[in-house]
Amino acid sequence: MQEPSQTLAISVRDLSVGFGKKKVLDGLSLDVRRGEILGLVGASGGGKSVLLRTIIGLIPPREGRIAIMGAETDYGDSLAMQDIGRHWGILFQQGALFSSLTVQQNVQFPMRENLEISQTLLDELATAKLEMVGLSPDDGNKFPSELSGGMTKRAALARALALDPEIVFLDEPTSGLDPISASDFDALISTLQQTLGLTVFMVTHDLDSLNTVCDRVAALSDGKIVEVGPIEQLVSSQHPWVRSYFHNARARTRAPASH
Amino acid sequence: MSDPTLSRGGIPASLVASGPWTAAQSVSLERLAAALPAIDAQKKNVVIDISGVEHLDTLGAWLLERVIRRYQLQDLKPTLVGVPERFRGLLEKIHDVNRRPPIAQPERNKLTAGLERIGRATAALYTDFGYFLAMLGAIGASLGGSVLRPRSLRATSTVYHLYRVGWQAVPIVVLITFLIGGIIAQQGIFHFRKFGADAYVVDMVGILVLREIGVLIVSIMVAGRSGSAYTAELGSMKMREEIDALRTMGRDPVSILVLPRVIALICALPILTFLGSMAALYGGGLVAWIYGGMSPDIFIARLREAVSVTHFEVGIIKAPFMALVIGAVACSEGFRVKGSAESLGLQTTTSVVKSIFLVIVLDGLFAVFFASIGM
Repeated sequence: MQEPSQTLAISVRDLSVGFGKKKVLDGLSLDVRRGEILGLVGASGGGKSVLLRTIIGLIPPREGRIAIMGAETDYGDSLAMQDIGRHWGILFQQGALFSSLTVQQNVQFPMRENLEISQTLLDELATAKLEMVGLSPDDGNKFPSELSGGMTKRAALARALALDPEIVFLDEPTSGLDPISASDFDALISTLQQTLGLTVFMVTHDLDSLNTVCDRVAALSDGKIVEVGPIEQLVSSQHPWVRSYFHNARARTRAPASH
Repeated sequence: MSDPTLSRGGIPASLVASGPWTAAQSVSLERLAAALPAIDAQKKNVVIDISGVEHLDTLGAWLLERVIRRYQLQDLKPTLVGVPERFRGLLEKIHDVNRRPPIAQPERNKLTAGLERIGRATAALYTDFGYFLAMLGAIGASLGGSVLRPRSLRATSTVYHLYRVGWQAVPIVVLITFLIGGIIAQQGIFHFRKFGADAYVVDMVGILVLREIGVLIVSIMVAGRSGSAYTAELGSMKMREEIDALRTMGRDPVSILVLPRVIALICALPILTFLGSMAALYGGGLVAWIYGGMSPDIFIARLREAVSVTHFEVGIIKAPFMALVIGAVACSEGFRVKGSAESLGLQTTTSVVKSIFLVIVLDGLFAVFFASIGM
């Protein structure tokens, strides 16, 4: 089931990552196709965030290869990584907005660093991005500490989208949001994905997000991807961990199989 | 990749856009969009054909939208034609943004703005002093509570902080005061020798170190070393709502976080002052011996004549008060930290600057006081 590399946004092959004697990822392979929303599920502490951080180059892999938009990554070469880094935007779990800059300045930061454009255009673009993620231009003058949880996520998403990346990594985008904000955020991701043609790699525990926005879901267990496919395929999977994930007491009331 | 273009098309009053309209071409794109091609004012309809645009992102879409809006301002009716299906969503989204004009900041008179700054800074002095007094009061109240109910004092925490601000500070305090004692002695010998008074170096070193320099240097070092740590610790606890958590559990943050720290400081500073003074005398004696040729026997004998216990008392009495000021300033600044990393840095700086300033002011007041009671 090897797919041609042109259609792959991210291709991970035989990836192993560990800390000390502990092996977190063990020969993991995963493909993310261009233009899809892939959800990654896994046990808490099971290596989901490690996988994400390895792909974006924050954790060095022990073995294996990772290709982004068809280009092999070399995490030792910081210049090459800067180039590859322009392909992606990252929404960290806590937002990771720069606390000493206003929201507007936070969104402008990647543009100011990478593009040579006038301040007027910077302002207009930042406001445009803020409005696209559903914030008002007035929110742009606030500092991150003055934002609510949902607004922080939206502002962080606006910053992740600042350079019009092809791939967006979302680390638990809806965690800590109330169900209304969470479903709004899901809808936002879905619209943005369609309008901007994004590839979205989403680490999530939110079964609603998996059902509504994800095209495919990958399940991570024991350092490997044990199942990838549409949500229906995972729900009917025979793998014991995947089964218990989608058929526990909380999941049963939500998964599509129970409708 | 070819350059993006925006040029007059074949038919009148029409424009043709082509090439990649993306952020990678931002420089040439911005120039293109700024140089709005003039349209014959007779024609009302401007047709912009974008079928030749290969790539479009938010930046390109916004610049296109900006061109359209500027034509609209000229009472023209621009329309986009040949929109590829894949760009339609993005263009519609961009069509709705930046509709509200930015709120213009009112132009301020420089003079009144300057006066306002001075006024605000003066008023801030009062509120700052208010915070300091409030913290002193809170420390006093919770100390009173601990005296009435000794079990409520956090003994473990106090001892832990005593270890950190006392024991762990000993090496650096001893080293610095040793060097300063030596430097004072060297300077004294060098200058006093000119009029044959180098024996009086012992008086100078002894009195200066025991009365003033010992406690002052140690206080300044403790303010920089431990006061800043207190502010940063309490400030980051404030940022992460730990202090609010304590409050909601019905616990007083002052008695749990501040009192042990301040008590530790009050216990540690006299000890450090004593050690520092001894190290400075030792350094002075060593320099007098090596550089000034004064044997240790003579140095000690002269020291015994020159200084009395009073000098030592004057120095050491000041130490707990210095500690209280440093602790109160550090903790009150810590509680004033707001959400951002910048605010944490600002309050830590303020804490150190303010406590060093207050330590020196306090030292001056003590000098007046001791002089008037004849000590």
